[in-house]
Amino acid sequence: MRGRDRFVRAILPVIAMSVLAAALGGCAGGKTADDSSRITIGIPQDLDSLDPHYMTAAGTKEVLFNVFEGLVKPDQAGDLVPAVASDYAISEDASRYTFTLRDGIRFHDGSEVTTEDVVYSLERCKSAGVNPALDEIASISAPDDKTVEVALNTHDADFLCNLTCAIIPKSDADPGTNPIGTGPYRYVSRSPQENFVVTRFDDYWGTPAYIRDVTFKIEANADSIVMDLEGGSIDMYARVTSAQKDQLSDRFTVYTGAMNLVQALYLNHDFGPFADENVRKALCCLLDRQGVLDFVSDGEGSPIASSMYPAFSKYFLPELNDLYPTDVEKAKELLKAAGYDESHPLEFTITVASNYQQHVDTAQVLSEQFAKAGVRATIQTVEWNTWLSEVYTNRNYESTVVGVDASTLSASALLSRFRSDAGNNFTNYRNADYDAAYDRAAAATDDNDKTAAYKDCERILAEDAANVYIQDLPCFVALNKKFEGYVFYPLYVQDVALLKPAN
Amino acid sequence: MIGRFMQRILKNLEKSGMFRAGFFITLFVFLFVLAGAMYTPWSPTTMDEGARLAGFSARHLLGTDHLGRDILSRLLTGAGTTLFIATGTVLIGALCGSTIGAACGYFGGVLDEIVMRIIDALFAFPSILLALVFVSLFGSGRYHVIAALGIAFVPSFARTVRGEFLTEKNRDYVTKARLQGISDLRIMFLHILPNTGDVMLSSVLIGFNNAVLAEAGLSFLGIGVQPPDASLGRMLSESQQYLFRAPMTALLPGILLVLMILGFSLMGEGVRSHE
Repeated sequence: MRGRDRFVRAILPVIAMSVLAAALGGCAGGKTADDSSRITIGIPQDLDSLDPHYMTAAGTKEVLFNVFEGLVKPDQAGDLVPAVASDYAISEDASRYTFTLRDGIRFHDGSEVTTEDVVYSLERCKSAGVNPALDEIASISAPDDKTVEVALNTHDADFLCNLTCAIIPKSDADPGTNPIGTGPYRYVSRSPQENFVVTRFDDYWGTPAYIRDVTFKIEANADSIVMDLEGGSIDMYARVTSAQKDQLSDRFTVYTGAMNLVQALYLNHDFGPFADENVRKALCCLLDRQGVLDFVSDGEGSPIASSMYPAFSKYFLPELNDLYPTDVEKAKELLKAAGYDESHPLEFTITVASNYQQHVDTAQVLSEQFAKAGVRATIQTVEWNTWLSEVYTNRNYESTVVGVDASTLSASALLSRFRSDAGNNFTNYRNADYDAAYDRAAAATDDNDKTAAYKDCERILAEDAANVYIQDLPCFVALNKKFEGYVFYPLYVQDVALLKPAN
Repeated sequence: MIGRFMQRILKNLEKSGMFRAGFFITLFVFLFVLAGAMYTPWSPTTMDEGARLAGFSARHLLGTDHLGRDILSRLLTGAGTTLFIATGTVLIGALCGSTIGAACGYFGGVLDEIVMRIIDALFAFPSILLALVFVSLFGSGRYHVIAALGIAFVPSFARTVRGEFLTEKNRDYVTKARLQGISDLRIMFLHILPNTGDVMLSSVLIGFNNAVLAEAGLSFLGIGVQPPDASLGRMLSESQQYLFRAPMTALLPGILLVLMILGFSLMGEGVRSHE
């Protein structure tokens, strides 16, 4: 009988699949169809903390962006605009930041925001240690009840991007379970592994949100996203894959944007062959970016050639994309110069996290492109936690395909990791010129000088072929046509306040 | 020993229709794999830029997958990989398992108690879970998968063979052999083992089934065969995203997997049905 069980077990998925397909066809008409002042948004994972100063997951930040605000906050163009502060001034030497508190701004519990709350929040955020850049703060003071002054140990004209940390009331004893902020939405309830519910804050200082009730529903199973969208249990999902996008019916608008990350074949410079710039340049010459884009992201996505993505338009240098045009012959020459040929081919392993299909696919396309010059790249897929510990933390790898994102709205968020002594320099990149250029950028107080120095950093990374830079992956947002107004940010956030019911 | 095994297969072919059906399905799969080992229309890893998720055509007989790779070529080599892993797994499982089982069943006593309790403990875990632990400790790739699954399959073989030996060792021919002073090893492997033929045959067939499924499962989870190599599980895993856009990319490896398992299952059933 066991043999027959095996047969049943083998055929069961086929039956299940056809039932699912039938169910998918049958579910038309959402249950939330009439009431467009409420929206349910699918998110991929549960929130790691509701305490804005201790949260670390990007998936948490993108949700709590709607609840909390800092003195300043990012807007969709990538600029920092005043939020809790109505105005700010930076001293000539960029060591002192002065903020003027917005008139009449209130917390979700109705109390007015005071300078005391601001000083308390900044100090709490600094002591939380999640953002090490805040260690540069020498003192935070409130000279009068409308002004807050932040003094730095250094001169840093770029420091403003770190002052987006959430302002919370001093009276809130437990922000982890009772989050109170100043954002357009206030917290209502949370069920772990299930949902996070917020409602419109009517005393919001800025443009009020359009939609009243918002539920963030945790969609732990990526395979059911299309069905949940079609069935109406969620109205929006921010990261559908290009395959899922093609399955959606015309009741959904699909917005195409960028994921805002730097996808590259990151090379471990401590691995013998990659210490030789000829080898790295050869790999760059073998890369056909458009080919990768066509295979992995349906031709969407933006090609990049350094550690900067196009959404940072101020810093992005599109001309670097032409630095190493695809040229197999040149690659062969470079490889020969490095001592590799047909009888002694270059061999290395690409370690890639198995849960990111687009990175696994990219690795396969790369391996095929490298093979044109006889380079043998073997792929090793590992589970995400193994990747984090072995590749990112222990740096025990040869090369890896991954996307690196920016945590703050500043070029340094992407570039600081390539300094020789950076703690998160997981590629072990060491280049004195780069360190000098980066130090120049960090020390510059004039914005133009700073931008120029950051651009030098990018150029060095590209010319030195530090890594094989590929693309900024496309991001598809599915939104039910009952709603409109989705806007992409150059950061990992979902601004729900801009969504509105379609007329 | 091999000769006896062949005899049994022939006898089964004659007696059982179910066995015959299974045998021919398996034969087809084997021929398919053999053909794949000698010739594939494309390299299984070559990406055809113009034809992603293409349907049936003269250029690509069974279409292409999401990276423009020829599905027929991938099926030909992928089925081979799956079968290779299953064979390796069953070999390790059967050799180690029968040796352990034979020793335990024949000698009995304390050795039997200790070893069988360990086997019982291993039995408590599903074999795929054991393999998962092994793979995460020692790394993935086809040889690791063979080792992992092989070890995970030892308990079931050990248990079956031990049971057979327990009943056989009290038979007259064994006692006589002992009285003649024939060595224990010789009795175990030349006298008793051949008499467990049918049981062995059906455990090997069931083992094959489990191994094929386990390999597909591990590769589906992304820790078995490494990309860009093909195996049936890998192909299923890669095609699941494109189930609606290009259903054939999932259906074809699925059908081959079903055929493979069906063949072994029918043969296993056939062996036991006329016992």
